Amino acid sequence: MSVASELGRAPLPTMEAWEVRASLDGCIKCTICESACPYAAVTERFPGPKTVGPQEERFRQGPLSADWSVDYCSGCGICSRVCPQGVRIAEINARARAQLKAQHGISLRDQLLARPDVMGRLGRPVRPLFNWAMGTPLVRVPVERVLGIHREAAVPEVAPRTFGQWARRHPVHPGRDRVVYFHGCSTNYFEPRLGRMVVAVLEHQGLSVHIPKQGCCGLPLQSNGNFPAARTYASRLARQLRGVPGGVPVIASSTSCGLMLKREAREILGLDDPALVDISERTYDIFEFLRDLHEQGRLRTDFVPVEVTAAYHAPCQQQNQLIGKPALDVLALVPGLKLVELDRDCCGIGGTYGIKREKYEISLAVGDGLFADIRATAPDLVLCDSETCRWHIAKATGFPVIHPLELLHRAYGGH
Amino acid sequence: MGRKVNTDALVIGAGTAGLATGIQLAQGGLRVLVVAAGEGCLPLASGTVDVLGYAPEPVASPRDALFGFVHGHPDHPYRLTGIEGLERALDWFTRTAEPLGYRGDLTRNRWVPTVLGGLRPTALVPGGMAAADLSGGGEVLVAGIRGFRDFHPALLAENLARAASPSGSAAICARSVELEWPGGGGELAPFRLARRLEDAGIRRRLVAQLRPRLGEATAVAFPAFLGRERAADVRADLERQLERPVFEVPGLPPSLPGLRLFDCLRRALLAAGGRLLVGSNAIAATRHRTTLSSVTITRASQPVAVSAKVFVLASGGFATGGIVREPDGELREPVFHLPVRGPAPGQQPFAPDYLADHPLDRVGLDTDSDGRPVDSCGAPYASNLYAAGAVLAGALPWREKSGEGLSLATASLVAEAILRCA
Repeated sequence: MSVASELGRAPLPTMEAWEVRASLDGCIKCTICESACPYAAVTERFPGPKTVGPQEERFRQGPLSADWSVDYCSGCGICSRVCPQGVRIAEINARARAQLKAQHGISLRDQLLARPDVMGRLGRPVRPLFNWAMGTPLVRVPVERVLGIHREAAVPEVAPRTFGQWARRHPVHPGRDRVVYFHGCSTNYFEPRLGRMVVAVLEHQGLSVHIPKQGCCGLPLQSNGNFPAARTYASRLARQLRGVPGGVPVIASSTSCGLMLKREAREILGLDDPALVDISERTYDIFEFLRDLHEQGRLRTDFVPVEVTAAYHAPCQQQNQLIGKPALDVLALVPGLKLVELDRDCCGIGGTYGIKREKYEISLAVGDGLFADIRATAPDLVLCDSETCRWHIAKATGFPVIHPLELLHRAYGGH
Repeated sequence: MGRKVNTDALVIGAGTAGLATGIQLAQGGLRVLVVAAGEGCLPLASGTVDVLGYAPEPVASPRDALFGFVHGHPDHPYRLTGIEGLERALDWFTRTAEPLGYRGDLTRNRWVPTVLGGLRPTALVPGGMAAADLSGGGEVLVAGIRGFRDFHPALLAENLARAASPSGSAAICARSVELEWPGGGGELAPFRLARRLEDAGIRRRLVAQLRPRLGEATAVAFPAFLGRERAADVRADLERQLERPVFEVPGLPPSLPGLRLFDCLRRALLAAGGRLLVGSNAIAATRHRTTLSSVTITRASQPVAVSAKVFVLASGGFATGGIVREPDGELREPVFHLPVRGPAPGQQPFAPDYLADHPLDRVGLDTDSDGRPVDSCGAPYASNLYAAGAVLAGALPWREKSGEGLSLATASLVAEAILRCA
């Protein structure tokens, strides 16, 4: 029996998960995390990462959980990044939230939001109806009342064909260097166009892109506190991606799902799965991969000028990969493009956080500074690597928001 | 397809020294990456620039005192920069932090109140503390918020009234007032109060409580929570409404004056084309003969080797992990395993009294005149590794009140040396 289960908590199955909890001992209460937390700054419902994390974690023993405030953490992970002592604050909080949900149950809404693949599968056959319904207050107001999904929250449109359907007929190129593309649920059901552009840009570098049939990474389940289901999803995905032999790079265009494979499934879920470890060590963010190609002199630079001003926002989960802002490095090569770096940490959406009725206003308040910077810059385009952030920023500001890869695709002459 | 990152300069540490070096190198045209394990020391810092406050007697003029100080402390990092180097560094800093309106120079120290009501010497203060200099005495009204645990106005005012003004003649009068927070419930955390105070309505309600209590006060002291992004506007508005100067007293962390400085320096780094990576640890280095080729840093999954032409170690001193002490007493610099100058063999590292001068306090690295760490024979560890800030041996910043001066002066020294060769 592990130490943790003796204390009445769910057992921590791996050393990595155990280290996450043990890291709280390094907290010196310097409050750097509290001053960096964009959520604690705008709402009293979240007392701050130190308070809810290392401080309250000491009392989370036995069946009685602490208070509900941990549910107001969005999981943006900024606290863990800024902590000079290496305390895994956000990870501790994610585990505490799951413990809370395990005790009290998960609402129907959170079960739904945690399964974008199910939403996409159900929505697609009735696509016109679904897209109309999500766009009209006639439906959104009752949905808010019954389910607690805020009536104003940005919800994507379901695409007519999934990316997976397109990918099944897309040929590979024997003889070339191979990569695996991990497209994620959003590309599959909502933005298949982005997936086709990723493939085109990678093939333009002379690579063969392999797209195995793949499901959800489990991140929304994890952030909504359903760890058992999240573990099943993440393990299944790792096995699917390993269907392409040879240990080739796995390339993700969704930053949060990429981070899930790189670290969170191991650290937060405590998933002890050799397939996942293997995949996590060879997962790249798309721009991280392209920048590496450039460092090796292998990135094609046959760009056409793109005469636009674009403001770039690096989402939290992208910054948590600790790879810098490779999209800026790569796009700097594009002639004519004027890039503005938005020096902000978080847009406020937190994946599914800001969609929820009780959190929507918080989410807007967190993004306030970013939105003001965007309005002040008045760019032609806003660039952001994460889908839920794109939808949220577009809805809040009215500016067009695209994945930076779309702009790179355009610079290669794509349409 | 190995993972690799290339840059011209890699700076380890995002405190005052790391950011100042990084900005100057980026302004000099180098591609710069600053990596830091966390958000450095600035969120905990008071925001003032201390240069030399005690030597060990109170220092009236750092410029007058420095020559003798360096003469008496031949191992001190100030020996490397001299007074001219220090002045250039402070000039550069004042220009770079221009949005924060720093005042002061080396001619005289300003004496500003601490949160406990003592007076401490410092050379440069941000605009928000321009009126905090009580060397000439004054009548201060100390305004606190009931329920705000980090600031006790009565304690501050009583101690301040007892504190002798450094010039000896002018008296300090201080009174206190406790206001009701008009901005809603929840725990009164400084970063949240700061944000709410950017709302003019909240300020009006605060001022309405304060105005009848002003009396003859020549200045009003507040906890250091007068706004974050719009701090200058918040203070200007309060001064207009109260018709007298307003200043902040920095206290327990998180420190808004330090956070504003961090924001300002981070923006300067980005504006100069530099990159900042927070949350990543430098864990190992590769050296070929006398040249450092790469430093390995952590990422979300696999670590990566960062190749650069020059490297700067600004990881802080013993208190912040730039130097570590093993359980067996061995002192180590954890990234490069550089030789550390600590207590002499056999010497006890600690004195019996907590506040005494501990032999361990001066621990750090020795460098050559360009700021390159050297071994006991004086040979550089690598021709392209430099060090700046609290990681250097020989200083007692908290006792001398010299922390920011040391960091800025050695950052400029190192940046100038690198740019001379580049």
